[in-house]
Amino acid sequence: MSEPILSIQDLTKHFGGNAAVSGITLDVQPRETLAIIGPNGAGKTTFYNMVSGRMTPTRGKVLLDGRDITGLPPHRISRLGVSRSFQINNIFTEMTVRENVEVALAALHHHSRRWFNLASRDTVLQEEAQALLDRLSIGGLAERRAGVISYGDKRLLEIAVVLATRPRLVLLDEPTAGMTPDETRRVTGLVKSLADSGDYTFLITEHDMEVVFSLADRILVMHRGEALVVGTPEEVRRHPEVRRAYLGEEDEEQQEAGA
Amino acid sequence: MKQTILLGALLVALIGLVALPWFAPYFYIFIVTEILIMGLFAASFNLVFGYTGMLSFGHAAFFGVGCYATAMTLLHLKWPFLYCLVLSVGAGALLALVIGFFSVRLNEVYFAMLTLAFGMMVFSVAHHWRSVTNGSDGIAGFTLGDFGLGLDLTLGNPAVYYHVVLVFVVVAAAVLYLIGRSSFGMILQAIRQNPERVAFCGLNVRSYRLAAFTLGGAFAGLAGGLMAPFLRVASPEMLHWSTSAEPVLMSILGGTGYFLGPFVGSAMFILLETWITSITQAWMLFLGIVLALMVMFFRRGLLGTFLDWWLERK
Repeated sequence: MSEPILSIQDLTKHFGGNAAVSGITLDVQPRETLAIIGPNGAGKTTFYNMVSGRMTPTRGKVLLDGRDITGLPPHRISRLGVSRSFQINNIFTEMTVRENVEVALAALHHHSRRWFNLASRDTVLQEEAQALLDRLSIGGLAERRAGVISYGDKRLLEIAVVLATRPRLVLLDEPTAGMTPDETRRVTGLVKSLADSGDYTFLITEHDMEVVFSLADRILVMHRGEALVVGTPEEVRRHPEVRRAYLGEEDEEQQEAGA
Repeated sequence: MKQTILLGALLVALIGLVALPWFAPYFYIFIVTEILIMGLFAASFNLVFGYTGMLSFGHAAFFGVGCYATAMTLLHLKWPFLYCLVLSVGAGALLALVIGFFSVRLNEVYFAMLTLAFGMMVFSVAHHWRSVTNGSDGIAGFTLGDFGLGLDLTLGNPAVYYHVVLVFVVVAAAVLYLIGRSSFGMILQAIRQNPERVAFCGLNVRSYRLAAFTLGGAFAGLAGGLMAPFLRVASPEMLHWSTSAEPVLMSILGGTGYFLGPFVGSAMFILLETWITSITQAWMLFLGIVLALMVMFFRRGLLGTFLDWWLERK
């Protein structure tokens, strides 16, 4: 087995007396797609928040390529090649779609330190942004204001911004939540092609089991902050506890997905 | 097409400003000088507020320290005016760097309160450190000598001083405008809209906020330096928190969404003040009414509301 890109050791987060995440230990291999499932409140987003630097763990470690990144601020972790999306759309609503991507690219290429250029004439960034938007099939919206495009397109735009930072490890938080079946298919196809390109390692939290089983190499099932099972989709599907604790409640979960 | 019309309107306004002393009475030369200086002060504030999204209630500290810097060097060292202004810019930037270092790590109302607290401290120092600042009397009795660079200007003549102010304000405004349009400026606007996403793009939001705050302080320092010879005094009132409110009000009156909004707000504020105080003492009541109406119905400010409407129109 190769060296894991991400190694989680006994990761724990307490809020007051409650453990939101409790003692998660897990290795993620380069280029694999790991889905994280579990009911709302299972601790998936808290887990993401600790890996991406939004929260400091109460206990435990996060290693990226063997390097301890526990408690580093988000911008440092982003620079090391970890990028994430959020459950609630997290874009620059007053900018155009393409400018959203340009912000991430300006950060990546250090154009953000240029005080005396004209951002509107920065053709290098604009072309790169346009190419990325085209790849995600929202290139036609480039000049639209990001706040007014459809919900599904906003989610795609956020993925574009996430990818613009050139991450190796991508954390997607419910990428298809609230999407139409057609949009869900688009996102699933997109993630699949990105995963197949071999450039990315994906962590995906998702309520839609069809999406999970079509994308995941392995699945982590979380329940009340703990890791219930980690295994291949087939192992997880057959696991009796998972069937009882989670899969049986699938419909209910989907209804809650928007929360 | 509309771009050309806007540029044309700007050019006409500039020509009008340059020609002002030849057709306007002295009284209005003073008024417009004040509008320009306060407009620059408000525009420097708007880099911090309108662009980066930080509502500072201590911006007068940098304006005031710039004013004291020029007044004191004119009084004690008799430097050429240009060098005094450079010192004012440096003083404003340095004080903003120090205050910003502590303030930009806080958000929203906590940031506003901390800048207010620092502003009050700076006011108190100027008010009580009599041996240096001359207390509540302030620094007065200085005279303008040379401009510097070998230029022979009669700075004591209000029309000449008006033109000097006009040149400084136009150049400083152009620089501020270009900074706003740069990649750095784009990041500042991204931070206003969504600081978290900017951090997750790999940028240290705090450093960018500090850079914007320091730049705002530098330009406020310049405005303060230009104000000293105009008022012929640098007094603690310029550092008072009520002075910090002025660029806030001006930016909201004119509109924070367009670069020239604070300048338009400055003109509204000062002209209304001039006209209304000649009729009644209760000018604050009228300002309050205008402000309340703006915030309730024209949140984008006078210039912002007009340009939004005009640019949307076919």
